[in-house]
Amino acid sequence: MAQFNLPKNSQITQGKSWPAPVGAKSLQTFRIYRWNPDDGQNPRIDTYQVDRDDCGPMVLDALLWIKNKVDSTLVFRRSCREGICGSCAMNIEGQNALACTMGIDECKSPDNALPILTRKDKDGAIRIYPLPHMPVLKDLVPDLTNFYAQHAAIEPWLQTDTPSPEKEWRQTPEDRARLDGLYECILCACCSTSCPSYWWNGEKFLGPAALLQAYRWLIDSRDENTGARLDNLHDPFRLYRCHTIMNCANTCPKNLNPAKAIAEIKKMMVEREV
Amino acid sequence: MAKEAIRQNTAVSIRTPRARVRGLGVSHHGAGHWWLQRLTAVANVVLMLAFVVIIARMAGRPYPEAIRLVGSPFVSLVLILAVLSVTIHMRLGMQVVIEDYVHAPATKIAAVFANNFYAVVVAVACLYAILRVGFGQPPV
Repeated sequence: MAQFNLPKNSQITQGKSWPAPVGAKSLQTFRIYRWNPDDGQNPRIDTYQVDRDDCGPMVLDALLWIKNKVDSTLVFRRSCREGICGSCAMNIEGQNALACTMGIDECKSPDNALPILTRKDKDGAIRIYPLPHMPVLKDLVPDLTNFYAQHAAIEPWLQTDTPSPEKEWRQTPEDRARLDGLYECILCACCSTSCPSYWWNGEKFLGPAALLQAYRWLIDSRDENTGARLDNLHDPFRLYRCHTIMNCANTCPKNLNPAKAIAEIKKMMVEREV
Repeated sequence: MAKEAIRQNTAVSIRTPRARVRGLGVSHHGAGHWWLQRLTAVANVVLMLAFVVIIARMAGRPYPEAIRLVGSPFVSLVLILAVLSVTIHMRLGMQVVIEDYVHAPATKIAAVFANNFYAVVVAVACLYAILRVGFGQPPV
């Protein structure tokens, strides 16, 4: 069966409560998932107090503030701090998001948090966990090996048999416009790790991120391998595990819609049969 | 452990991520399943409405009259179509649920078997009853 309970060594314990900065007037509490593969301990939730007057507006600013001024052992990925590299994807207040584009005030708003979280804990703390249902390497860093391998498996590059033209492969502006809303994906994995189908069958279901890119190449007017691309997806698990749950579209920090792209792939599958 | 489970388990087998993702390869089916699920869903909307109307018209009637209603050609046809559409839809839908949640190979095969048998038994039992009434041999 799909596993709904955490194994004993993954159950989360109460962690350390770090002292608040001295003299700070405006404090924000963060409860952050910590796990170290080397110490043999269970994961724990550490509590930090961040001085809002000394810290930028985004969740990533707060994480960097904690790492620089409170606890240098806190581990997370980050790079561009402007929502284009996809490194700092994590679960913030029950919602997958990029820490760099999620405002500290924004993630506390009731619109953003899951109802179960707002009910359970009204202490105003911001809870941060790694992306759900991925193996954790350390603290907020998930192992995305399988996710990247799935992206590679849909062969995300132009495939042609016709010899390359002297200049570029030509495309009408209309055909180019069809790639809008697809090419912008930054592979942050927010969508795939928010998808229950991907949680239960992540090793066989390609997941929304890979399928969005699959569709991006399926409808590229320059590509000559559409049929083979469809063949590669024609499978009850690779494609049809998507049950249109829509978490992917809900969570995407770039406001893309993988669920719609997957629905279009399913339509293409029928189109060539019916 | 099934062969495929071994392929996926990093603790049991050293394989590249690419080999794991490719797994046993693409099965080249699924579109038919998906399309038939949609087809029967649309059919169910019409057939279930008709079914509810038929049941409502039976309410309060004495047994012989109810039998006569079910036995009339149009009602019999609607009921037969409804049974076929619903049981096919039920079998397809349940199979997806099993594939989603049941991962232990033996349990999964057993569940798929049970699902298929159940759908067929329900369909045949319903069709037998409808045909028997339709051809004028109502159970006493």
